[in-house]
Amino acid sequence: MTPDFQELAIVANELRGDVLRMLQLAGSGHPGGSLGMTDVFTTLWFGGHLKVDPQNPTWEDRDRFVLSNGHICPILYAILARQDYFPREELWTLRKLGSSLQGHPDFHFTKGVDCCTGSLGNGVSVALGMAMGARAQGKNFRVYAGTSDGESQEGQVWEMASAAAHHKVDNLTLLMDRNGIQIDGFTKDVMDQGDLGAKYKSFGWHVQEVDGHDMMAIHQALNEAKKASGKPQLIVCNTVLGKGVSFMENEPGWHGVTPDEEQLKKALDELGLD
Amino acid sequence: MTVTQTSGEVATREAYGKTLAALGGERQDIIVLDADLSGSTKTANFKKLYPDRFFNMGVSECNMIGTASGLASTGLTVFASSFSMFAVGKAFEQVRQEIALPVANVKICGTHAGITVGEDGASHQTLEDIAIMRVLPNMRVFVPADARETEQVIRAVAASPGPAYVRLSRMKTPQFLPDDYNFEIGKINTLRDGADITIAATGTTVMHALAAADALASKGISARILNVCSIKPLDTETLVKAARETGAIVTVEEHQRAGGMGSAVAEVVAEHAACPVRRLGMNDRFGESGSGGQLMDHFGLTAPAISGAALELLGHAS
Repeated sequence: MTPDFQELAIVANELRGDVLRMLQLAGSGHPGGSLGMTDVFTTLWFGGHLKVDPQNPTWEDRDRFVLSNGHICPILYAILARQDYFPREELWTLRKLGSSLQGHPDFHFTKGVDCCTGSLGNGVSVALGMAMGARAQGKNFRVYAGTSDGESQEGQVWEMASAAAHHKVDNLTLLMDRNGIQIDGFTKDVMDQGDLGAKYKSFGWHVQEVDGHDMMAIHQALNEAKKASGKPQLIVCNTVLGKGVSFMENEPGWHGVTPDEEQLKKALDELGLD
Repeated sequence: MTVTQTSGEVATREAYGKTLAALGGERQDIIVLDADLSGSTKTANFKKLYPDRFFNMGVSECNMIGTASGLASTGLTVFASSFSMFAVGKAFEQVRQEIALPVANVKICGTHAGITVGEDGASHQTLEDIAIMRVLPNMRVFVPADARETEQVIRAVAASPGPAYVRLSRMKTPQFLPDDYNFEIGKINTLRDGADITIAATGTTVMHALAAADALASKGISARILNVCSIKPLDTETLVKAARETGAIVTVEEHQRAGGMGSAVAEVVAEHAACPVRRLGMNDRFGESGSGGQLMDHFGLTAPAISGAALELLGHAS
């Protein structure tokens, strides 16, 4: 089924607004990657790809979603609220004592979160295990994991890449945020990674590369990934850090700094939101 | 009870492999992961019988632990094995983030622990694992003393959901626990009653503690012998009773003195029934190559050193 891309664009825009509002109230957190991956995750969650049931968050046959670069959880939380896992008002409690929304994803606190993440490199391994668990039990669910170029500097990611290909885990799809930026600066300056897609390909993965803001292309890539047999899949999503907010876009400083009230107002104006 | 060899010498890792293979036939939900050491950890026994439920993850312990967590999250009971140095040491952060924090139903069975790994030397002699695993919330820590206890521990952790670490040995050791021996999670087994001093031992040192008790008995000293297999959860009641009734405790383990079973015992005693405690173990140093038996003697973890420490603690001239 082809999603209504105009509708998806509206959803993505409103999710960006929620991400910015929650981060301004929290006073700490990571807007850059959250805004950068909004179009990819909106397509996954609202474009008919991820089979989940918000009324039954622990449904055993649900597709799993692991946010391995857990620091961009504001976009995940905004999505979960919009999917009715919890009331939208909870978004405004992010990172505060007693909140259901922790600084990094933790399923003990948040309905709809499938994996505790935050330390880079770990989540992709857990996602691999989930996918292997489905196969070991003859279940059909798929596992999607968000990862990033910066996270790919962790050696564990490549242990996972070897193992997933070796064991032919074809119900695992990684969505890589390739924005070329990490907290200390541009990835080419901090630790140049070359062609990450080619690296995964040489490990035996099915690899696609898309414009991470072209929802039709993302939708098609997700469909292609499902057809790949005998290989795990990677979709390299070329994104712009801070996408949608002119003064944040492609600025390394916005990886992990939150907007103040004035900056929030300016950003929401740009998005056409109140 | 004295140390008698009831049915040959068996390393606890061998009993682990045998028990795991048996469990595989009894329960379809058991999955086993190894990191290229299945012949040494003895998970190969399981692999041979149930190849569809065994995954070799290669020399990649960090990924193995994360994968184990993911598998467990889908409703499976997962055993993940390697040498304890790598499963616990190399993958500590993955154990913390993806096993302990999410309370994953994963049993980390680390073999070749302690100095009894022997000839491989310091790089392979894990002397810190009890300390670093017992400090993790939700993690339970068990060190079986012989093959019989190993089988009971493995069955107990398989039946009890949640994380567990089982410390296993390479070296063959006597099977000395009696036929009616019964391991329970959170319980210390009092192997011999005694009134003058308590000796608390774990794993490979338990049989040496019994031998030390014999030596002490010949000098008219009655030693109570505690087998502290369940280091976490720890049996506070039995420890407090021993502290009150015997008034002095010697602990012994092939592990750093800092943070190990002896530290756990001292913590309980200090808070509930203060009495003198003497901890035997590795004294803030690494091991070296040699046979396991030689090293246990060399580092003072066998009967002469244990009875000597007991005598000293009781104020007897050595």
